Amino acid sequence: MLASRTDAGWNERVNTTTVRLRPPRHLVERRAVRLWTAQALALVVPPALVLGVLTALLAPARLWLGVGLLVVLLFGLPYIFVMPHWRFRVHRWEATDDAVYTASGWLFQEWRVAPMSRIQTVDSVRGPLQRLFRLASVTVTTASAAGALKIEGLDQGVAKDLVERLTEVTQATPGDAT
Amino acid sequence: MSSTTHDVVEAEREWHRLDPRMLALNISVLAAPLAGFGVTAIVTGGNVPPGVFFSLLSVGAIFVVMMGVGLMRYATTRYRIGEERVELHAGLVFHRRLSIPRDRIRSVDLTANPLHRIFGLSVVKVGTGQNTTSADRSGELSLDAVRRERAEELRLELLRRSPVAATPVSGDTADDEPAARTTSPTEAPAAATGATAAETTIATMNWAWIRYAPLTGWTLVVAAIIVGGAGRVLDWTGVDPYESGLIMAVFTWVRQFSLVVVILVALAAVLVVGVIGATLIFIEGWWGFRLVRESGGSFRVRRGLLTTRSLSLEERRLRGVELVEGLGVRLAKGATTKAIAAGLATTSKDKNKEKDFLLPPAPREEAYRVSAEVLAEETTPLAVTGLARHPRAALRRRLFRAIVPVLLLAAVLAVVRSAVSWMGWLPSWVPPVSLLLLLATIPLAFDAYRNLGHTLAGRYLLARHGTVARHTVALRRTGIIGWTVSRTFFQRRSGLATIAATTGAGSGAYRVYDVDESTGLTFAEQAVPDLLTPFLERDGG
Repeated sequence: MLASRTDAGWNERVNTTTVRLRPPRHLVERRAVRLWTAQALALVVPPALVLGVLTALLAPARLWLGVGLLVVLLFGLPYIFVMPHWRFRVHRWEATDDAVYTASGWLFQEWRVAPMSRIQTVDSVRGPLQRLFRLASVTVTTASAAGALKIEGLDQGVAKDLVERLTEVTQATPGDAT
Repeated sequence: MSSTTHDVVEAEREWHRLDPRMLALNISVLAAPLAGFGVTAIVTGGNVPPGVFFSLLSVGAIFVVMMGVGLMRYATTRYRIGEERVELHAGLVFHRRLSIPRDRIRSVDLTANPLHRIFGLSVVKVGTGQNTTSADRSGELSLDAVRRERAEELRLELLRRSPVAATPVSGDTADDEPAARTTSPTEAPAAATGATAAETTIATMNWAWIRYAPLTGWTLVVAAIIVGGAGRVLDWTGVDPYESGLIMAVFTWVRQFSLVVVILVALAAVLVVGVIGATLIFIEGWWGFRLVRESGGSFRVRRGLLTTRSLSLEERRLRGVELVEGLGVRLAKGATTKAIAAGLATTSKDKNKEKDFLLPPAPREEAYRVSAEVLAEETTPLAVTGLARHPRAALRRRLFRAIVPVLLLAAVLAVVRSAVSWMGWLPSWVPPVSLLLLLATIPLAFDAYRNLGHTLAGRYLLARHGTVARHTVALRRTGIIGWTVSRTFFQRRSGLATIAATTGAGSGAYRVYDVDESTGLTFAEQAVPDLLTPFLERDGG
């Protein structure tokens, strides 16, 4: 999946071995696909409906409204049907004794590593939609202002255990994590 | 509030209020509309349109509301500096209780705009190392506003962890503020008087640097504000340009010249105004600039003509430095220097406040010297050469970004011109001529590629990117608190990755853009041993 085509001659340090990030160990819950689908539907369906109704009703502006509807569907349908499954293949997480490691995204993918010693807070969030699918997400913040590590689509029990474990480890670490 | 220095010492653990003079600051709301009203009255010869009266009335109403809010804020805000914690209570409806452990305090920032200075006030902001991305900004404690002398006392008090002998402060600031006060509970106030400064100067203003002022982005910003602002002012004063005799007379006079001449003269005029504006902004911002190392292990930057700014930050919170070279300034071999320090997290709100600047735009050599002194290194890591270059695919990405938007613009202009009836006024040569933009964007793409680089320089990670503003970051490797590797769809196809070192300082993450995935991961692994290693896999060859 991560097959890389390198222009080795352009690097000053030419490596004979290729180094890659390995995927984190744990998958998220299969139910997360349904959660992401629901979120995508909530985002795409309302504007598509509005544009569709207006296209049907307003004859003079039919061309432009139709174009708008087409654009929404062009991006919206793949978002509803492709994004959730793609995400499920990418989203993974892992917590070793020393660090938390996450992978997320679909078109744009991101891998984050934060050492246990630098973790400041650990939160678990269950939104109304997440509760519907008995899911929770865990957010791990560090002193960096550039954003937290977020693990979406965990089973509620798994999330609870993870928060407890991470809280325990970070409380045992001295210092103020900057 | 009649707190003399004695009171401060005795009332160490008392609750304090803000200075009641803060209420007077609200008159600033009235100043601009009143000035606008005056202009309208002059331009129209006393025949003020009714709309202007209404807007003046609404401004008056706003003023009354703001006074009410200010009174409430004054009545409900109190703060206390204890042995262990600094506490702030504020708000009536949304009561806020903030308690910051004193060992979390990273920086103290004093600001006084001209209005504050008229009333002898200063705003004190206390920065902590907390994550300030959250909306409530719970990491920052702000006192808006207290008496100027009180602000200086607070600054010294807050940056001192254990009570030591009083550190007098020299009174040689630009505004000659008699700032010498003691705040140590153990020391008699008399100890402060007459002593000399226990600080070493790292850099002071050199007015030859003003040559960089017109080359900064401010020239364009000011020019844009002038152009955009002219229309707004007309709107605001309620003057209809077609009815004002004065403006119509100017128009008639202008129309006797050819269009090309008018456009060139107007552009030149706007540019001259931009240059003057940028120079004034430089003078205002950097008047009396002085960067010193204080005896307590902190740095202090003082500057400003109308708005005075004073930033103190602890040396042990410094995580690195950043060199920013805007295109114009870079061509003149100049650069600005920023501190990367915990507690100076630049949220998007503060981004343009230039809080973290250590030095005005100055010759690169000066930036190197100052950064070396600030970092306490023999030579600055910023001057290290031989940065590892990035793969050719990074150049392709930059060329794509330089070419495709211009082509799209030309195509859209062409389609719109022929398809949309009311766009017919667009001359036919506009779409093809817009392609001339490529003459600017393609060289910039090559420059952006040439500027990409990364390396390890002793205790520092070095990363460079950018063309319109070239950023060179030297980040202490011990300050790195994690990694973020991001790859877009196209980066994955070309084997590239953007690797960010996260840190509890500055913008929170410093990135190595479009590096070869394998090279970048090896680099990150070397920069902070062991952190990334368990998550890497290798296949040999």
